[in-house]
Amino acid sequence: MPTSSLVQIKGLRDGILITLGSGEWDYIQALLFTQIDERLGFFTGAKLALDVGSHSLRVANMTALRDKLSEREISLWAVVSESPKTVNTAQLLGLATRISMQRPNEGSPKKAKEKEIPKGNSALWVEKTLRSGERVKYAGNIIVMGDVNPGAEIMAGGNILVWGRLRGAVYAGVDVEKGHTGQNKDAFICALTMTPSRLQIASEIKNPTDHEKFQKAVKVSLKDGKFHAENWREK
Amino acid sequence: MSAKIITVTSGKGGVGKTTAIASLGIALASLGEKVVCVDGDIGLRNLDVIMGLENRIVYDIVDVVEGRCRLRQAMIRDKRVPGLFLIPAAQTRDKNALSPSDMIRLGDELRPEVDWVLIDSPAGIERGFKNSIAAADRVLVLTNPEISAVRDADRVIGILEAEEKGSPELIINRVNYEMVQNGEMLSTEDVLDLLAIKLIGVVPEDKSVLVAANQGMPVSLDNDSRAGQAFRNIAMRLTGKEVPFMDLAEKDGFWDKFSKLAGGN
Ligand SMILES: Nc1ncnc2c1ncn2[C@@H]1O[C@H](COP(=O)(O)OP(=O)(O)O)[C@@H](O)[C@H]1O
Ligand SMILES: [Mg+2]
Repeated sequence: MPTSSLVQIKGLRDGILITLGSGEWDYIQALLFTQIDERLGFFTGAKLALDVGSHSLRVANMTALRDKLSEREISLWAVVSESPKTVNTAQLLGLATRISMQRPNEGSPKKAKEKEIPKGNSALWVEKTLRSGERVKYAGNIIVMGDVNPGAEIMAGGNILVWGRLRGAVYAGVDVEKGHTGQNKDAFICALTMTPSRLQIASEIKNPTDHEKFQKAVKVSLKDGKFHAENWREK
Repeated sequence: MSAKIITVTSGKGGVGKTTAIASLGIALASLGEKVVCVDGDIGLRNLDVIMGLENRIVYDIVDVVEGRCRLRQAMIRDKRVPGLFLIPAAQTRDKNALSPSDMIRLGDELRPEVDWVLIDSPAGIERGFKNSIAAADRVLVLTNPEISAVRDADRVIGILEAEEKGSPELIINRVNYEMVQNGEMLSTEDVLDLLAIKLIGVVPEDKSVLVAANQGMPVSLDNDSRAGQAFRNIAMRLTGKEVPFMDLAEKDGFWDKFSKLAGGN
């Protein structure tokens, strides 16, 4: 494959999109920086979205990449990928994982559609404590094995299950692109201690007072448009 | 020699990072270790002031990185304790004068020279913070028992974990035992409950810190200071010794109590 097709560069309305082909990551990354360094003037100060295709990137890979870019004053704001590992990594680093194609004639719309990922019962598995400032967004269900600390945020198109203490903000059944609204009224939220700072299912929102928090395992859902809490796994 | 590189960081400003670096530097050097303290707070340097070395600055960290001087020329020797050095920050530059890779290179250059490199960091989570943790083998997150400081510490720990820096260790500074007893201040347990990382030190609120700072005498030089003792304990824990945590309840020194019993004062 000619190297030019391994690094494809396009302008977006507010930044640049670079699509990387498959191959050895170190090699692809080196090609990327050759391209960038050849036209540094063009890239300096740019907002960059990167489509890494099926490359599976760990946190170390992605931070190295981001740091190298930032040394060139290029700010990486989004990483798009088919690899769930990469999407997870990008979210942990606070990067966007989807970009809306700003111009219809840019790239094939079909390809953009395909990235409108998860349907059905897919779940994002997060095996760590989410700390202040961390945000996890996923169009399917989200499972957290760890605490969700104050200042952390989880936003799911489907259900949210926290195997730990929930003290941050949770949004279930929402449109993760639009963020603060949603249609999925069947979504539910479970946590070992249900003490969120903010709770949302579909478009219903609540900031629970101390009396409305539960120091035990609770499942919260909507019943007739109102929040309903029950013991989790006691049927 | 191959130095351990330790960074003290916090997110929030004014919690005691610089105080900690100066005190730990003195304390480690007093244990016979060779130490260099590096001021990573470019543009707001003050580690030199706290260490009382301000008047001896010729070159700074940016001079080293940009090749205007050799590493050793920028290492100011602290004459009070053998084996203690300071590399000051540049005052007239900003954080962008350094990059994470500069710091990694500097760390590699320092490793063979000393046993410990202690890096002070600026407040915030931007470039200056990234610089200060880039070369670290171990990161100490320092916080006060106060909700906003703890929240920032949590944020910083999250970033450190995401960057696969290994789990940091925690110093809780400025604990006022009486206020904790009265429920007016978060306790060590409250802080640990949220942050859930390994505790390496609890430092009491202590007026002698300010007095020491104004004299350019890091508080760990003061044998009567409780905060100084707490920092000396942390230094020993850094070297791998098991030191029990101080009992914060015994507030006054023995002589105070004695003189009260004797009807004095
Ligand atoms: N244990 C302590 N007891 C009392 N005052 C303290 C203590 N630790 C720090 N301070 C005071 O807090 C202020 C900020 O400390 P500093 O070390 O400069 O913080 P930072 O480097 O995090 O901005 C200083 O005035 C210092 O004297
Ligand atoms: Mg400071």
